[in-house]
Amino acid sequence: MLNFIARRLLSGLITIWFIATATFFAMHAVPGDPLTQEKAMSPAVRMQLEARYGLDKPLFEQYRLFMSNMIHGDFGISFTQENRHVNDIIREHFPISATLGIAAVLIALVGGVAAGSVAAYCRNRWPDRLVMIAVIASISVPGFVIAGLAQLVIVAMNNAADKTLLPVAGWGSVNQIWVPALVLGLGTMAYLSRIMRASMLEVLSADYNIAAKAKGVHGWRLFWHHQLRNAVLPVVTELGPTIAAITTGGFVVELIFAIPGLGRYFVQAVQQLDYTVIMGTTVFYGAFLVLVVVLVDISYGLIDPRIRLHRGRS
Amino acid sequence: MVKTLAKRFVLVLSALAHRLAILLLALCFTIPAVAQAVDAAKSKVTLALATEPPTLNSAVATDTIASFVLAHLMEGLLVYGADGELAPGVAERWQLDAGGASFWLRDSARWSDGKPVTAHDFVFAWRHALKPSTASQYAFIFYPIKNAEAVNSGKLPLTDLGVTAVSDYELRVEFGQPCPYFLSLAAFMTFLPMREDVVDHWGGRYAADSDKLVVNGAYVLDKWVHGAHLRLRKNQHYWQAESVKINEIDMPYITADPSGQFNLFRDQQIAIAPLDTGLLNEAVDRGFDIEYFHTGSLFFLEFNFREGRITANRSFRKAVQRLIDPDLLVNKIIGLPGIKPAYSLFPVTVKGLKGSFREEYPVMRVDPSIASARKYLKQAKEELGLAVWPPLVLLAGDSPRALQEAEYYQYLFKKGLGLELRIDQQVFKQRLEKMRRGDFDMVSAAWGPDYDDIMTFADLFASWNDNNRGRYDNPLYDRWVRLAQGSNDARTRFNAMAQIQRIVVEDVPILPTYENGALYVQNPRLKGVRRSIFGGDPIFRYAWIEQ
Repeated sequence: MLNFIARRLLSGLITIWFIATATFFAMHAVPGDPLTQEKAMSPAVRMQLEARYGLDKPLFEQYRLFMSNMIHGDFGISFTQENRHVNDIIREHFPISATLGIAAVLIALVGGVAAGSVAAYCRNRWPDRLVMIAVIASISVPGFVIAGLAQLVIVAMNNAADKTLLPVAGWGSVNQIWVPALVLGLGTMAYLSRIMRASMLEVLSADYNIAAKAKGVHGWRLFWHHQLRNAVLPVVTELGPTIAAITTGGFVVELIFAIPGLGRYFVQAVQQLDYTVIMGTTVFYGAFLVLVVVLVDISYGLIDPRIRLHRGRS
Repeated sequence: MVKTLAKRFVLVLSALAHRLAILLLALCFTIPAVAQAVDAAKSKVTLALATEPPTLNSAVATDTIASFVLAHLMEGLLVYGADGELAPGVAERWQLDAGGASFWLRDSARWSDGKPVTAHDFVFAWRHALKPSTASQYAFIFYPIKNAEAVNSGKLPLTDLGVTAVSDYELRVEFGQPCPYFLSLAAFMTFLPMREDVVDHWGGRYAADSDKLVVNGAYVLDKWVHGAHLRLRKNQHYWQAESVKINEIDMPYITADPSGQFNLFRDQQIAIAPLDTGLLNEAVDRGFDIEYFHTGSLFFLEFNFREGRITANRSFRKAVQRLIDPDLLVNKIIGLPGIKPAYSLFPVTVKGLKGSFREEYPVMRVDPSIASARKYLKQAKEELGLAVWPPLVLLAGDSPRALQEAEYYQYLFKKGLGLELRIDQQVFKQRLEKMRRGDFDMVSAAWGPDYDDIMTFADLFASWNDNNRGRYDNPLYDRWVRLAQGSNDARTRFNAMAQIQRIVVEDVPILPTYENGALYVQNPRLKGVRRSIFGGDPIFRYAWIEQ
């Protein structure tokens, strides 16, 4: 097991190195640089700024410096927010994206598993059809439309009640989490419920399910121990990339609901060509993604009794 | 190496997990804050910000958000008053002469820590902004001051700058060139005072957080959670604190999404929200009062004058001028109230001798006509000796309005002149970079005034100006700019400006298209908010809430 984890971590490190290098050179290939501004800068000012940020050095020297700083955990200072460290930006804003992401994943997981199971149990009857229509709608309608609609519904509700039942936007209280989390998790919930439905259908017709029933297991015990535990495996496989995607992909939701998450900084940095923030967030997200995938691989071994890793065999 | 890396990784992860846990706990025990657009009892206004100010260091700040926040936190020698005109700030009186200006500071002006605001704070701030290592992008705005340019480029020491504190409460400024508009500069953001001890203490972190700056304006920065929340509270040390009616300006939402802001407005969570085309109709349907103000900025098509460009040909530019009708563009294509067709380099908001420059010196109008456009195009073809006309490139921004405008020009070029116009739509920075490199035939550009004088527009297309991206080079144009820059006489200056206005119509270095206006909705109980071109926008310093 340790050997396996070590190997996965090593390949993860190589992946992160590759992401960092590719991003670094791609970013520098884009016309313009972080110092490009609406108002033209005098050559003297530009030289001063280039020297301050090390942009006057040859590209490979900049790359070497960046790599060496990165290994020491220092991503430098943001170009657009002149006195903030990229490390501080990640430290302050990632937990917010993560909180939102975790809430979204929880909603998606519980909702997806429940809806998928219901659909499978009621195959080809109206609950199944209803779930599948909702699934297709949630997958096809883009997040920003759903986010806007959700806000309109809240505004209508609040206006009707003449008090604030749910906040329209903002961050800082529990009530401000649920709606954006639901919007963010909706697509994933739909996707997971489809996987869950297919997988549950397979389990329902499996021999061990029939054997369990024949032994007299029924009700919740049958569902919980024999069906759900087997059917949920493909969902767990999807969960890793899903967690990473949701915690890192909430840009639109963060923008519309005025949530100070890291996603906003990531996208703004790309638009503003804020080199240090682009590198910091990309490498951080890359590392996060790799880590989650490794964790899922490990958890897979724990959940599925058929998967056991032994020394010397894999 | 791998071991330390792994260790660091685990450390970072555990720190993150710790923060996450605290955050979740904190969230669970927070009572939901019920924000309200306007709260008459507390005299509090709640707003949304489009973005967070990138910095609140007045020496290096350049953007409109920082300008808005700083206008409430700080006070310069002069300020823009409730009526939008210059009024006394820290300076209680002043004297402007041909060689310079003297300011006498009030001894009641205080920093938020109670210390007096002195002339030394201004001398330090201006020197600091001009120090080459500060690399302030607005350093050029000090250049009328004696030796400012030489100090900024490091050729002279900071002490040679023509600014001296005669006493604690008297400031003397020496000009290097005539500057009859210096008073409006004195109200500009980069001219705000700074406290040397505070700047030295925080160094590069100065003004990075709410506790890392001192202020001397109507408000103090009470709270600043990066990316999330800013809160301003009335400054008790402000010398005319009793005239400030709004006690608290709370900004708990930061989102650049106009519909998000509009929904917050509809839910009565914020007091002001901007409108775009889509939201305008909705706001009208809901019966909100639509407010408007002229932002003072000019939008125009800029031609490329670099070697080998077809757009360097005057007849061709005249053909384009006859082809595009700003009136049609504004009323049929853009269709937003508040946006006005432009015919001059100088928007209607530019001041003249007594009133508006445009009223005192009306611009020569050119009637758009397809026939005339075709005639000029034929002439251009002969002059250039072109058998086949190559496609032209129009560089445009990525906003919906920029695309709408570009497509309209494309249609006009095809239909009116039979020419192919290719739209090169680029995101902000890439567009600027292509403008700098001259990688375009025409570009949709814009200019907002920096200070309240006609020169902020006039010198834009002088051959030495770095913002002249088309590299227009006309000795006659340059001569009029130099003449106006070298004169203290208002009539001489404005006569020169009239000549520049004429050159822009006759030689077409640019084609003005529209003057921008901003539409917004505002809570009807909130009164006295000043929307302005100069000195930060919007201004709540003179506002109040009706009971």
